[in-house]
Amino acid sequence: MKAEKRILAAPFIAPETEEYWNSTRDGKLMIRYCKSCDAYHHYPRTICPRCGSDDTEYRESTGTGVIYTYSVMRRAPVPYAIAYVTLDGTDISMMTNIVDCDLDSLSIGQKVKLDFADSEGDGPPVPVFTPV
Amino acid sequence: MTINGKAYIAGAFEHPTRNAVDKSLAQLHAECAKGALEDAGLTKDDVDGYFCAGDAPGLGPLSLADYMGLKLRHMDSTETGGSSYLLHVAHAAEAIALGKCKVALITLAGRPKAEGMATGTAPRNYGADAPDVAFEFPYSPVITNIYGMCAQRHMYEFGTTSEQLAWIKVAASHHAQHNPNAVLQNVVTVEDVVNSPMIADPLHRLDCCVISDGGGALVVVAPEIAKTLNRPMVKVKGAGEAPKHQMGGRVDLTYSGAAWSGPAAFEEAGVKPSDIKYASIYDSFTITVLMQIEDLGFCAKGEGGKFVADGNLISGTGKLPFNTDGGGLCNNHPANRGGMTKVIEAVRQLRGEAHPAVQVSNCDLAVAHGTGGQLGTRHGSATLILERE
Repeated sequence: MKAEKRILAAPFIAPETEEYWNSTRDGKLMIRYCKSCDAYHHYPRTICPRCGSDDTEYRESTGTGVIYTYSVMRRAPVPYAIAYVTLDGTDISMMTNIVDCDLDSLSIGQKVKLDFADSEGDGPPVPVFTPV
Repeated sequence: MTINGKAYIAGAFEHPTRNAVDKSLAQLHAECAKGALEDAGLTKDDVDGYFCAGDAPGLGPLSLADYMGLKLRHMDSTETGGSSYLLHVAHAAEAIALGKCKVALITLAGRPKAEGMATGTAPRNYGADAPDVAFEFPYSPVITNIYGMCAQRHMYEFGTTSEQLAWIKVAASHHAQHNPNAVLQNVVTVEDVVNSPMIADPLHRLDCCVISDGGGALVVVAPEIAKTLNRPMVKVKGAGEAPKHQMGGRVDLTYSGAAWSGPAAFEEAGVKPSDIKYASIYDSFTITVLMQIEDLGFCAKGEGGKFVADGNLISGTGKLPFNTDGGGLCNNHPANRGGMTKVIEAVRQLRGEAHPAVQVSNCDLAVAHGTGGQLGTRHGSATLILERE
């Protein structure tokens, strides 16, 4: 079954994460990085959840990764795939959707690349992934 | 300091309703409280500590103390979703050990069925202030696909099959056939489960728990009070609690917080998983049970599929009789929170008051384990070890 295009719910944009959503309007996925412990985290926080330092900044993701796990939601008006994707060059996995794909041929370990889905109203583009 | 032996569960009551269109939420709480207090041989005027969670209306313990007419010197509204009530038992034991109260009442109630809630398939928004919501809600996480992602990864890592998961529902259904209040009372087969409609890969409709109204209550008392009551003595022997989350993005869905709360509870109780005669295991989905059985140490990580197969969870024939009331998978999941009923059935087993067809012989040591929130995002694990004295 081919994944149909969906308009996603618009994210609530907090002051702390405004830059993340501004970047998606520029077609970029930014991941929070802690200079103190040399590690990424996600979702983005001002204070690193690993070491507690506030010496954190955004760095641009390579935009590629692999599917850590997924589930195709069949009992929905428009079936869709939810997933965690592990981002290349990091040890972090982010919740996302896999779009523009055959929902019946997804697999764990599959290589995917960054895409964006529209969100409702004036909402920003939301980072999603599609098979390479 | 330990809670081992400092408190006893003297009263337990599960509301018989499964569809409470004719009752208010506060009324359900009060009916559960009355049932548990009568079971213990106490009255509301004996209660000096009260515990409730996010299912309580209004200002929680304030609204319900007002409604029920309670005069209190201790209250606690610890909220970890469906596991809250197991934490409440442990926290009640702590409060009793410290002399903060002597008779602690814990209540749960809810009416998702009456309200027509699409519990497992509709996205739940925990509010804009929840820091994760902006980074998850747009992707339509619902309860079933979040657990589906756990099951998918477990299958990938360990070769677990849908047929093995189905055995968990089969075992629950064998127990539920003896429970006249259970939502699902028909015995099902592995084929019935794997041939039921797919909801969120790889979870089928029969891998899911029921949606039901109702509630339950517990009365936890000091030892000197337990001894005066004409009820079997069910001792709180050990407890553990832990949150597990995404660890800043280092997502690992192969284990649950039971890997931390379980060992803590067993250590406090001074017993081993192999000593346990009966287990109440949170069963929002079949995969929930499988992961927790592994994490609590009943089998090695990854061996859960083999462990539950061939009816090993069925009372009378299996090695680990579980959820003998039919559990959330078949009996009842009031307020979409299964922790209360886990404790209640463990108490029934330890008292010898379970249905005779499912009563475990010489049941003197039980575990009750709960998971609140969602295994695939963030959840609160709670483990209780209870002993018949």
